[in-house]
Amino acid sequence: MTTEITAANVYDLAAADLVQGDRVAGRMYTDPEIFEQEMTRIFEHTWIWVAHESELPKPGSFKSTYVGRQPVIVSRDRKGAIHTLVNRCRHRGASLCEKRTGEANGFTCPYHAWSYSLDGKLRGIPYPEGYEGVLDKSELSLKRLRTESYGGMVFATLDEDIEPLEEFLGDVKVWIDRFMKQGGGYPVKVLGTHQFTFGGNWKIQLENTTDGYHFPIVHRSWMASVDAETADMMSFMTDPEAITHDLGNGHSVMQMVPEHSDLDADDGTEKLQDRFDGLIADLRAAGLSDSAIRKVVLAMHGTGFNLNLFPNVSMSAAFFRVLRPISVDKTVIEHVAIGPDGPDEVVGPVNRARLRVHEHFQGPFGFGTPDDAEGWDRVQRGAQGAPEMPILVNRGAAREKPSPEGWPTSHVTDETGMRAAYAQWKQMMSDD
Amino acid sequence: MTETLPDTRTDTAATSLTDPRVLRGIELAWREADLLDRKEYVAWNALYAEDGHYVIPIDPTTTDFDNTLNMVYDDARMRAMRVTRMTEGYALAAVDSATTTRTVSRFVPVEVSDAEVVLRASQVLVAFKRGRHDLWAGDVEYRIRLGATPAEDLIVLKVVRLVDSQAAVPAAGFLL
Repeated sequence: MTTEITAANVYDLAAADLVQGDRVAGRMYTDPEIFEQEMTRIFEHTWIWVAHESELPKPGSFKSTYVGRQPVIVSRDRKGAIHTLVNRCRHRGASLCEKRTGEANGFTCPYHAWSYSLDGKLRGIPYPEGYEGVLDKSELSLKRLRTESYGGMVFATLDEDIEPLEEFLGDVKVWIDRFMKQGGGYPVKVLGTHQFTFGGNWKIQLENTTDGYHFPIVHRSWMASVDAETADMMSFMTDPEAITHDLGNGHSVMQMVPEHSDLDADDGTEKLQDRFDGLIADLRAAGLSDSAIRKVVLAMHGTGFNLNLFPNVSMSAAFFRVLRPISVDKTVIEHVAIGPDGPDEVVGPVNRARLRVHEHFQGPFGFGTPDDAEGWDRVQRGAQGAPEMPILVNRGAAREKPSPEGWPTSHVTDETGMRAAYAQWKQMMSDD
Repeated sequence: MTETLPDTRTDTAATSLTDPRVLRGIELAWREADLLDRKEYVAWNALYAEDGHYVIPIDPTTTDFDNTLNMVYDDARMRAMRVTRMTEGYALAAVDSATTTRTVSRFVPVEVSDAEVVLRASQVLVAFKRGRHDLWAGDVEYRIRLGATPAEDLIVLKVVRLVDSQAAVPAAGFLL
């Protein structure tokens, strides 16, 4: 039975009781104890996105990142296998790698030079005499996390016992497949990453990616800055075809431009945007056929949907959005720009144009991100007030219906995605 | 006459900062800083040449801004749109942006001719908003085209290389 949130009980309720279907308590954003529970119950017991395979292009490639607050190294070994290793020497705990990306033969601790191979095995210890009879190297590999990939997206978990990644993703897989079609017939690769902080709780960002309701309000200045064709493409507020699905396990997808949900379903009638005329000329000069040009140009703004994966990665338009909780009221966001990986004469002009599209909206000085961050900051500040008053995520609850696939579905402006994420949060934060 | 000066990282006996051409460059850099602190974005944009670029790279070593992801890489079209965004009143972050004060100093002349001055400088910007001070520090490169009079001098290239360009910075409602 759900206990009603009141001023008298809001600070006493168990975490799971703070989510009540279509409303949640603001304490979820402000309570440091809840944050600590989330870091163990959620971030150490589910699949956390750590990399895209293109960030590890060859044996020896590595990327350092985080699973929750735990620093990890994602590496590709000589046989091509990808590993996620806790970035902590088994000797005295020093971090092994402080570079964000690079190539290495292995990892050597700078403190006492214990060295590890790309898959985390302890390879060498200097002056080993003192360890005779007290140390078995085979027992002192770096802590290795279960690591699995789908569609180039690499996830890791500290939990040895949870379901396989593909089971966790479930109905998300078809959307990942569609998302990767924005390579226009080429594989997708990471082009660069913007990183910025905001002074608020990670869940405020988690809510945002499939929140169509905020878009024309918060992003009015971006809408005013783009050409009429792009603005028209993004005017989904009153389009009944624009919908959001709850895909299960906390995941959701918001289709703002449904006709771009499957980029292969192009009947050739959509006019290519005038702003890409120069690019089209470059591609024609490079010898691309008209249909190949259509494929890459239609994908310039990515796919027409935002896919939100619980708890830390979204696949939005033409980029990945990764969140990293730092503390109850501080979060780091990465916006990872992606584009096709192919011959230079094709991907050069395409990716130059995609980089400019990405800088326009996604960077810390972009026309979109600072406005999102301002909204999120204000939620964090406002949520300190009247803690008994719930945060509402009930928009569209009465018009939510199952799609033919069985996914709870509502209008693109509805809060179906947030309800999906909070149902998963509640389940993972429950004692039973 | 063009003088490409010795690398002043190792040779401190460079052209004097009192060279009138260098002084014009410094004056323009300071005028720009003042306009940005006062959020006079229309006047700020008028300091740029039509073919000028305003850049905040992520990779501190790159000069190939075209082929890399930057925080900002603005040509005339993007700068004009940015001015609209900063002044039209619809951008949450710009309407309620931090108060800033910046110091641009440690000027080093890199190239000096009667047509163009290239300067390196250091910029420290303090931004205050809602009880918090954020610090933005970086090296700045200015390429300034000298006009017939100082009033006609224009910025052809400004590159702000933040000390933390590869780390997570706050999302900002102002320009550097």
